[in-house]
Amino acid sequence: MRLSRGGYLIREGFRSITTHGFMSFASVTIIMACLIIMGSVSLLSLNIDALIKDLESQNEIVVFVDEAITDEDSARAIGKNIEALENISSVQFVSREDAMKNFMSRYDSSLMEGIDSTVFRHRFVVKLVDIALMSETKMDLESLKGVAKVNAHLDYAQSFVTIRNVVTAVSLVLIVILVFVSFFIMSNTIKLATFGRREEIAIMKMVGATNGFIRLPFVIEGLVLGILGGGLAFLAEWGLYNVVTEKLVSSITGSLIEVVPFRSVALEVFVIFMAVGILVGAFGGVNAIRNYLKV
Amino acid sequence: MVIMKNVRKVYESSDTVALDDVSLTVGDGEFVFLVGPSGSGKTTIMKLITGEVRPTSGTVLVNDFDMSTIRRRKLPKVRRTLGVVFQDYRLIENMNVYDNVAFAMRVVGAAHRDIRTRVPYILELVGLEGREKRMPGELSGGEQQRVAIARALVNSPRMIVADEPTGNLDPVRSLELMLLLEKINEMGTTVLVVTHEKELVNAFSKRVITIDGGKKISDGEEGYYGQ
Repeated sequence: MRLSRGGYLIREGFRSITTHGFMSFASVTIIMACLIIMGSVSLLSLNIDALIKDLESQNEIVVFVDEAITDEDSARAIGKNIEALENISSVQFVSREDAMKNFMSRYDSSLMEGIDSTVFRHRFVVKLVDIALMSETKMDLESLKGVAKVNAHLDYAQSFVTIRNVVTAVSLVLIVILVFVSFFIMSNTIKLATFGRREEIAIMKMVGATNGFIRLPFVIEGLVLGILGGGLAFLAEWGLYNVVTEKLVSSITGSLIEVVPFRSVALEVFVIFMAVGILVGAFGGVNAIRNYLKV
Repeated sequence: MVIMKNVRKVYESSDTVALDDVSLTVGDGEFVFLVGPSGSGKTTIMKLITGEVRPTSGTVLVNDFDMSTIRRRKLPKVRRTLGVVFQDYRLIENMNVYDNVAFAMRVVGAAHRDIRTRVPYILELVGLEGREKRMPGELSGGEQQRVAIARALVNSPRMIVADEPTGNLDPVRSLELMLLLEKINEMGTTVLVVTHEKELVNAFSKRVITIDGGKKISDGEEGYYGQ
């Protein structure tokens, strides 16, 4: 292709955006709207997932050392064996003296009058990597030498796992449905935008234009509209996310919630939005005129 | 040049026989009227020539291309040897007169310099000098059809195929347009005019091929389109 011809086709692509201003506006708006809905659901799901993970990480297992082991150093040594197990995130040793202090701080200290710390056992507070494996880890801990008892809230853990699985499944289904619906809406909008130009395409064919010559301006136009839609959707999503999360955090119930900062996912959101915009724009444009080229 | 031999065309969707065993030849440099009533098969012949449809059987040769077997991607090559004019002009509404004509040259990859010299020359030839910046909507029907002829002519095609070119014009404009096509023919381009306007055909002493009911009824030099 000659350079001058390539330049002409690129110019035609840009010119077409302004000459078909309303349809260009409609295409960009639809691409934006679909991306914002998809993005919002994804970000919501990401936050719910992060929240559950955070709650999961607070779910601790308490490992009681055999009361025959009174010496603190010997008790601490068991910590090494605990750390060596799989699925262990952190291990914190709590001596029987510290355990008693904690108890007294929480309950009426008069209850402990005349009682010394020997009634308490040395213990470890253990956090897990994945609480779905809590039952297996509990058994591993119980099998360790020097461990007398393991307190684990298996029922809580199971509830968290169930919630997480349900949220993941619902989010995935929602996102997949939204992706399909969005592609359908976006490609139909582009089809509608090109419908009015079927006559123009028929004229091009009659004067001997090749399919490539006809397609290229549509590809350029679709690319530009897709990039515009993707870029604007990214900015809108950013603004929307910040407004909503600020309100949520400042509200009473929201003060306990820690939201995922947009900056931490901005690059991924940008790349996905642009990729979807470009794909839908370019392929949507080419697909929309495919039938008109068969003359 | 067009050579049609024993051409049959059946539209499968409606099971309509549009052409039945039609044979005709249009030689280089000829001016031919293809006449017949509505639904006689004229437009099907036109579509066979431009490659919009393929014959069910028989052979159609257009400017040395076999339209019965031609691959779809080769169609632009055939169409570049033809200049097609339609009843409804088919101009691009958002392009001015100059661009509507220049566009046909851009399609075939002509250089800017050639476009700049050729387009004004053709617009002058069809009597549209000074109208370059006008949009199609600002022109009369006759002027719009002249733009369509200029577009058909700008790439120096071997043949102009005009489908009811005067269908939307009054008698005076129709005659002017036909005189323009005659002038183009005298300059060496083959002209095939599809029409059903008897008065216009009979005003010119040209070859007339008559089609009716999908069959060729007559073919005569300095012909007459009668009842």
